[in-house]
Amino acid sequence: MERSNRLVKASQLKERLMQAVFFLSACISIAAVGIICFFIFANGLPAIKKIGILQFLTGTLWRPGNDIYGILPMIVGSLYVTVGALLFGVPIGLLTAVFMAMYCPKSIYRPLKSAVELLAGIPSVVYGFFGLVVLVPLVRNIGRSLGFGGNGSSILTASLLLGIMILPTIIGVSESALRAVPSHYFEGAQALGATKESAIFSVLIPAAKSGIVTSVVLGIGRAIGETMAVIMVVGNQARLTGNIFKGVRTLTANIVLEMGYATDLHREALIGTGVVLFVFILIINICVSLLKKGEHR
Amino acid sequence: MIENPIITIKDLDLYYNDFKALKNINLDIAKNKITAFIGPSGCGKSTLLKSINRMNDLVDGCKIEGEIALENENIFGKMDVNILRKRVGMVFQKANPFPMSIYDNIAYGPRTHGIKKKAALDEIVEDCLRRAALWEDSKDRLKRSALGLSGGQQQRLCIARALATKPEVLLMDEPTSALDPISTGRIEELVRELKKDYTIIIVTHNMQQAVRISDNTAFFLLGEVVEYNDTQKIFSIPADKRTEDYITGRFG
Repeated sequence: MERSNRLVKASQLKERLMQAVFFLSACISIAAVGIICFFIFANGLPAIKKIGILQFLTGTLWRPGNDIYGILPMIVGSLYVTVGALLFGVPIGLLTAVFMAMYCPKSIYRPLKSAVELLAGIPSVVYGFFGLVVLVPLVRNIGRSLGFGGNGSSILTASLLLGIMILPTIIGVSESALRAVPSHYFEGAQALGATKESAIFSVLIPAAKSGIVTSVVLGIGRAIGETMAVIMVVGNQARLTGNIFKGVRTLTANIVLEMGYATDLHREALIGTGVVLFVFILIINICVSLLKKGEHR
Repeated sequence: MIENPIITIKDLDLYYNDFKALKNINLDIAKNKITAFIGPSGCGKSTLLKSINRMNDLVDGCKIEGEIALENENIFGKMDVNILRKRVGMVFQKANPFPMSIYDNIAYGPRTHGIKKKAALDEIVEDCLRRAALWEDSKDRLKRSALGLSGGQQQRLCIARALATKPEVLLMDEPTSALDPISTGRIEELVRELKKDYTIIIVTHNMQQAVRISDNTAFFLLGEVVEYNDTQKIFSIPADKRTEDYITGRFG
């Protein structure tokens, strides 16, 4: 009797202990986010205040040598390549997802799925090399023959490359969203005499809308945060331009390129750039969770 | 036995891969009548129903031999499947309104078949909702999501949506099996009303329902039509012992 009581107590103790271990593990990721958040804001905000928030966000000149820190060109540069990536990535990704969910013969599905997963696993520096060796010369030739100039490292090149890089995200999330649509919607549309593609575009895709939008927002997050591949193909000139064959610099590139040698206010201004990037990502994440909430309603 | 049938089914065999789900079906469907398909689960009645508008095309491994003719034209021949489905509408077991407004649900079929003018669509939407006895309940919220309707209303919406393509035949696959008795009663009333303008084929597990609404009844068992006759006759003096056993509740 005594012995079995002790056993019960031991097992209860073990259970409590394990619970604590799980809880601590969970705490670590929350703590990590908290600490990063604190570090970034604590180091970045004073510099932004010193430079002047309006001056920092809307200044068009970035001249660390003269203590002029305006990151508008970088904000615009990040927006350019992100929008460009969406223009390439979303249509191709969505159509691929439709193919995989609705048309794909079983024999092709596995290799296609693996290929898409592999695409997600390629290190970004390898993407960068591909961009440098293949896309840069290609865009250079196109730009020159069309008379737009540029040396190939440009908004267009980075957009193409990022467009490829966000494909796995768009395809994966959109495909599962399409598969989650109850089959009776599709059957209902077919029974009314809709062709397969019109049933897909008029019923299936609208029904999967929130999942598809989530995939796009996740793609935005990926594109805006990408650093290595972008640095290798985007030119990195901190300027405002309307020519997509010309180079720009993104927020991420700005930090990486100068962090190695920056000191004092320059260094803090780079961390301030990080703050802006962080806020962008925060907004995107909030959008995703709002979308997910909408989905469950 | 049936004069001027709208649908004739001749020597029909249907396979799901190696499984023979329908065996040598020969059936004529009378125009502007209600024909009920009854029988135990898995006897092939829904399968046959779905063959009439070729919804079985969506099923992998489904193979059909034999002929189904709509107004003397083989539906497996030159007829475009989407035109066939426009002419032969379908109402499913589970109400399946699209996740869009009531208006857009009804307008979906006509738009698909090329009607774009708003005035024409407005007219069709009102007419179909009236026919489905849903106009009074929904006229003030046509722009609201169809998913906000009750189960019975959703099923009537699906009937209205099917009517919007101006079909000749309406296939109903156990349309009331998921509904409460009051909603069921309203749907049955509606079906009887629709008989004037449409030929209706209804699959039902509910034998009282077959008696209440249908003119002719086909009894299915293990992929075969055991007996097909006037509903009154089948339920009062069944010719086949198996039919009698089924309708008196001895199996099934």
